[in-house]
Amino acid sequence: MTLDISTVAKIASLARLKVSEEQLQLVAGELSSILQWVEQLNEVDVDGVEPLANVNDLPLRWREDIVNDGGRVEDILSNAPAKTADFFVVPKVVE
Amino acid sequence: MSKLTDLSVTEALTGLAKKDFSALELTRQHVEAAERARPLNAFITETFDLAIEQAKASDSRRAKGEAGAMDGIPIAIKDLYCTKGVRTTAASRILENFVPTYESTVTQKLFDAGAVMLGKVSLDEFAMGSSNTTSAFGNVINPWSGPDPANAERKLVPGGSSGGSAAAVAGRFAMAATGTDTGGSIRQPASLCGIVGIKPTYGRCSRWGIIAFASSLDQAGPIARSVADAALMLRTMSGFDPKDSTSVDAPVPDFTTAIGQSVKGMKIGVPREYRMEGMNGDVEALWEKGADMLKEAGAELVEISLPHTKYALPVYYIIAPAEASSNLARYDGVRFGLREHGNSLTEMYENTRGAGFGKEVCRRILIGTYVLSAGYYDAYYLRAQKVRRRLREDFEAAFKKCDVILTPVAPGTAFGFGEKQNDPIQMYLEDVFTVTLNLVGLPGIAVPVGLASNGLPVGLQLIGRSFDEMSLFKTASALEKSAAFTAKPPFVA
Repeated sequence: MTLDISTVAKIASLARLKVSEEQLQLVAGELSSILQWVEQLNEVDVDGVEPLANVNDLPLRWREDIVNDGGRVEDILSNAPAKTADFFVVPKVVE
Repeated sequence: MSKLTDLSVTEALTGLAKKDFSALELTRQHVEAAERARPLNAFITETFDLAIEQAKASDSRRAKGEAGAMDGIPIAIKDLYCTKGVRTTAASRILENFVPTYESTVTQKLFDAGAVMLGKVSLDEFAMGSSNTTSAFGNVINPWSGPDPANAERKLVPGGSSGGSAAAVAGRFAMAATGTDTGGSIRQPASLCGIVGIKPTYGRCSRWGIIAFASSLDQAGPIARSVADAALMLRTMSGFDPKDSTSVDAPVPDFTTAIGQSVKGMKIGVPREYRMEGMNGDVEALWEKGADMLKEAGAELVEISLPHTKYALPVYYIIAPAEASSNLARYDGVRFGLREHGNSLTEMYENTRGAGFGKEVCRRILIGTYVLSAGYYDAYYLRAQKVRRRLREDFEAAFKKCDVILTPVAPGTAFGFGEKQNDPIQMYLEDVFTVTLNLVGLPGIAVPVGLASNGLPVGLQLIGRSFDEMSLFKTASALEKSAAFTAKPPFVA
């Protein structure tokens, strides 16, 4: 699989990552060679094989649906790049 | 007084108990050593004042007879562990000014046991790398580079991603350190720096409060100068944590009791697929020598086959970036971390992430986004997860024939800066013998066994069954005893 520049630009936009025009060419080449390299996985017979996502095969634990944390506004906002009162501030979203 | 920085953790604890020296003296010597070692650039954030305070508190606990299992031992913490009130960067610009308001479970356990924190040590950005050259805070230099490492003719990498941890422990300016291992990030730097490092079974240590890279692969573990020290560290770091949904509720044995136990009758598997092209001849020779040592100690060598070995790296380079692209979506410039101005919300996200992430991190986010995108998910991600199961079947079959598996840690020794930089795949091959364990969740330990003809250390890896770290420590301690590796790096702080 070879990626062209417009595909890389689309991926970058999906990932919300600004990649400069001059970088796009380089990145397209690097990603293409990595994708070509991983294509060797097509040699493996995986018919009827279940995907493995959780190595310990344990079901995820459930907990009671009760509030067990909270009231930490100060902690939560302490690293915010911009805040006002008890809110995060972001650029205007709605005109 | 002799240099306290040369002691092992076990020796230091004996000395503290006998009142040969105080925790304050021990910590002061390490702080001074860390200051002398500044040219190695191992620390991102030094916390020497805090260390002195913690050491004083340790001395008063000991005086009251309340000393914990690691009381007064100065250690370094990889800067991927959130530490309350102490800046935690993941070696990334995007978290340059991030100060957690909470403590990771593992560091909390270490502090509860009395450990003293010298500072936060460097790593590859977000733990993505095998040479500690992607840190936004500069390269860490391997103390094996020469007596004056910063001015050495050929400066060597410490390995990665836990490069700062390994450099600090090998250079004798921390008694032990925490690391994290997603594809080899504890074992490979330990090997390249001539020390011990263990990645325990997935689920053994809590991941809570450790900045996530690839959640199904990430595990915490220690880096230390002896197998016994690693056992003590891991015992302290391990244990069930309800705050990590993948933490396993299993008893934690006292790993230190495995040290010195006989390996007589144990079956050691040697996988033929690990004899790969391009492997350093000295590494191969030391691997054979290590197998002979275990045989002489009474173990039986068994040839085994792990047929899907060559597919582990390609599987890893689909699964790890996929999980990373998802985990790193949280860095959006809104709640914490860097923010770069943009005229719209989207532009703010893009500018922030473009400016905050380094090249390797961007590369992996892009790969991850691509393999998870509509139309490609089945072909890449799902197929990789199926091959991942094939890899596990390999180990299930192998462990019917043996108790522990012996392999090299890395294909070569520490390399120079700039080498392997232009071709990402060359760099990825550093982890060819280590990534498989992360994919299948098994524990692995790196033990130094000798020097290659270039004078640089070589480590061997022992792989164990799930949650059987005891067998690993037993075998590792036998290997350590036979190898009698006492070589020190030319630079010692």
